[in-house]
Amino acid sequence: MSSRVKFVDFAAKKESLASKDKPLQVINSKGEIINKEIFDQYSDEELVDLMKLMVWERTLHQRSNALTRQGRLGFYAPTEGQEASEMGAQLAFKKNDYLLPAYRDVPQLIKHGLPIWKAFLWSRGHVLGNDFEEEGVVGLPPQIIIGAQYVQAAGVALGIKKNGLTDTVAYTFTGDGGTSQGDFYEGINFAGAYQVPAVFFVQNNGYAISTPRHVQTAAETLAQKAVAAGIPAVQVDGMDILAVYEVAKAARDYAAGGNGPALIESLTFRFGPHTNAGDDPKRYRSTDEEKPWFDSDPLIRLRKVLMDKKVWSEEIENTYIEEVKAEIKDAVKKADEAPKQKVSEFLENVFEEPTPDIVEQIAAFKAKEAK
Amino acid sequence: MAKMSYIQAITDALRVELKNDDKTLIFGEDVGKNGGVFRATDGLQAEFGEERVFDTPLAESGINGLAMGLALQGFRPIPEIQFFGFVFEAMDEIAGQMARTRYRMNGKVGLPITIRSPFGGGTHTPEMHADSLEAVVATVPGLRVVTPSNPYDAKGLLISAIKNNDPVVFLENLKLYRSMKDEVPEGEYTVPLDKAKVVREGTDITIIAYSAEVNESLKVAEKLEKEGKSVEVIDLRSLSPIDTDTLVASVNKTHRVVVVQEAQRMAGVAAKVVSDISERAILALDAPIGRVSAPDTIYPFGLAEDDWLPGAAEIEEKVREILDFN
Ligand SMILES: Cc1ncc(C[n+]2csc(CCOP(=O)(O)OP(=O)(O)O)c2C)c(N)n1
Repeated sequence: MSSRVKFVDFAAKKESLASKDKPLQVINSKGEIINKEIFDQYSDEELVDLMKLMVWERTLHQRSNALTRQGRLGFYAPTEGQEASEMGAQLAFKKNDYLLPAYRDVPQLIKHGLPIWKAFLWSRGHVLGNDFEEEGVVGLPPQIIIGAQYVQAAGVALGIKKNGLTDTVAYTFTGDGGTSQGDFYEGINFAGAYQVPAVFFVQNNGYAISTPRHVQTAAETLAQKAVAAGIPAVQVDGMDILAVYEVAKAARDYAAGGNGPALIESLTFRFGPHTNAGDDPKRYRSTDEEKPWFDSDPLIRLRKVLMDKKVWSEEIENTYIEEVKAEIKDAVKKADEAPKQKVSEFLENVFEEPTPDIVEQIAAFKAKEAK
Repeated sequence: MAKMSYIQAITDALRVELKNDDKTLIFGEDVGKNGGVFRATDGLQAEFGEERVFDTPLAESGINGLAMGLALQGFRPIPEIQFFGFVFEAMDEIAGQMARTRYRMNGKVGLPITIRSPFGGGTHTPEMHADSLEAVVATVPGLRVVTPSNPYDAKGLLISAIKNNDPVVFLENLKLYRSMKDEVPEGEYTVPLDKAKVVREGTDITIIAYSAEVNESLKVAEKLEKEGKSVEVIDLRSLSPIDTDTLVASVNKTHRVVVVQEAQRMAGVAAKVVSDISERAILALDAPIGRVSAPDTIYPFGLAEDDWLPGAAEIEEKVREILDFN
């Protein structure tokens, strides 16, 4: 038995798993245009709009960070570094598309129609922040349970298909860590099995809290995970907004065209801590590792291109930042005006019709609240 | 003896058992280099190496299934669920698999797993980080569920849990992690896994509580003492099994009882305690059994937490009502 011919070579099979694709990139970290064909499709105004989206998100981040430190916001997951990844993706979708975000995807949710003041109320832990109906926002509040949104996205997309909605998709986000959950695999598998109009977006920012990407999986890329679900997937330079927009738009067109789901792995980096609740990246990341990522800041490269084209300047940027800050200031004011939440109201929202035991509890809390 | 916080006592128990038994393994999300998001495993990877203390991929079902597999290979796994709100992800591996294995294998295969997880409200965490889901596991045959209310018990109970040959869910109260310090003995000692503790003796009424609500109950007992009312406080410590003997002995002495839980009224540990007392001591009672719990809503959004959580004020109100009953 020992000298049998080896007709299945698993070692060679393993070698063959190596990814052959390169992540799409249009502008590199030095601000050089390396894919002119794509770049030339964009007018100056479009490029400026992309820049503005990133400046908007960076400013929202900086203000959110400061407000959290002052105790004026509650839960906040910093987005600095992920502006190209988040805004490039968001821009590719339409208002009627169904968004299932995670906690780091608040900027996309705002651009999808949620007023900033409501996003702030969500952060503070006020249920009014999740009242999407009065705003007509098509989607769900940020998901806290890692991966849960992925399975739901398959369901929403199947519903879209069954309802015969045209030019409509479901789109959802998770992080690199999220791709380890059973829910991730189940979600993409169901979406593939039913060939539904869903776009799965993975923001690989290198870490799940302190856990580096390589601990999550032996797969060489996260995009490869889609192969087993029969779904096409690509990697993209997540620090390059043109590239991200390009692949997100292509994925949306593909899914909306009735071809089934698609998946994108965006290679990005979280510049700051995981959340503002005590995480310290110094415990698990070296400055040597951070440096090249900080150098590939998505704002730096597009800013350089735009300045070379003389369509952007420090002054334009600063003026725009002031506008965004004013918008945020108004939002804080509006959030401050939200009525205090009452336990009796929570009780009223447990079921459509309060059950008899809950009716009793409502009465007890109302009496207490009246004092 | 050394003064330790609740979380330091937990780290210390883990260190003692990593040292005493080379089959113990600690794993979970961010427990390695980062030492856990609360630092409960701080320094343990550096001290015992990556073979003994390691990070896992992000998947609670995976973590607990891994624990079961490792236990089958003779290890003594101590997996962590980063927040107990994420236990739903792992319910099959815990309740559907681990809990049933001894029975399935005709009593021959025990799974010495200790699932550690922080729970409990009042610290303004995001959704699913503060829920009191203990009843979800305490109603599963084959699982032990314990939860300490102070640093001394935290260390002793955790050591007992690790040494026990059945799966134990060990729930750590988030709010207590850094808010209290105690004298804690060095080295190994144990606190029994299925014994409640009379933490304050009294003769007029018994308050039965667990975890952070024990401290709330003690506040009430101290306040009422000034009015000449003698309140006994019992810390359940074990939620499954319930130490009914200790409860009944107390009720036979005081004849009045209030049961306190932070969880919603419908989410059952207090309900179990009430029915145990009804079955075994109803004739000793001079008043109906009082129950303090949160209302039957989803755990509320952060801003409303304090209005929702039952604390000393709600306990005091109920204790007075039961004391005044004639
Ligand atoms: C089911 C579940 N498990 C664990 C957590 C705790 N947790 C919150 S964020 C996080 C890391 C997520 O990493 P990743 O998916 O890479 O996304 P990122 O935060 O980097 O955007 C963990 C473990 C959670 N919220 N839900």
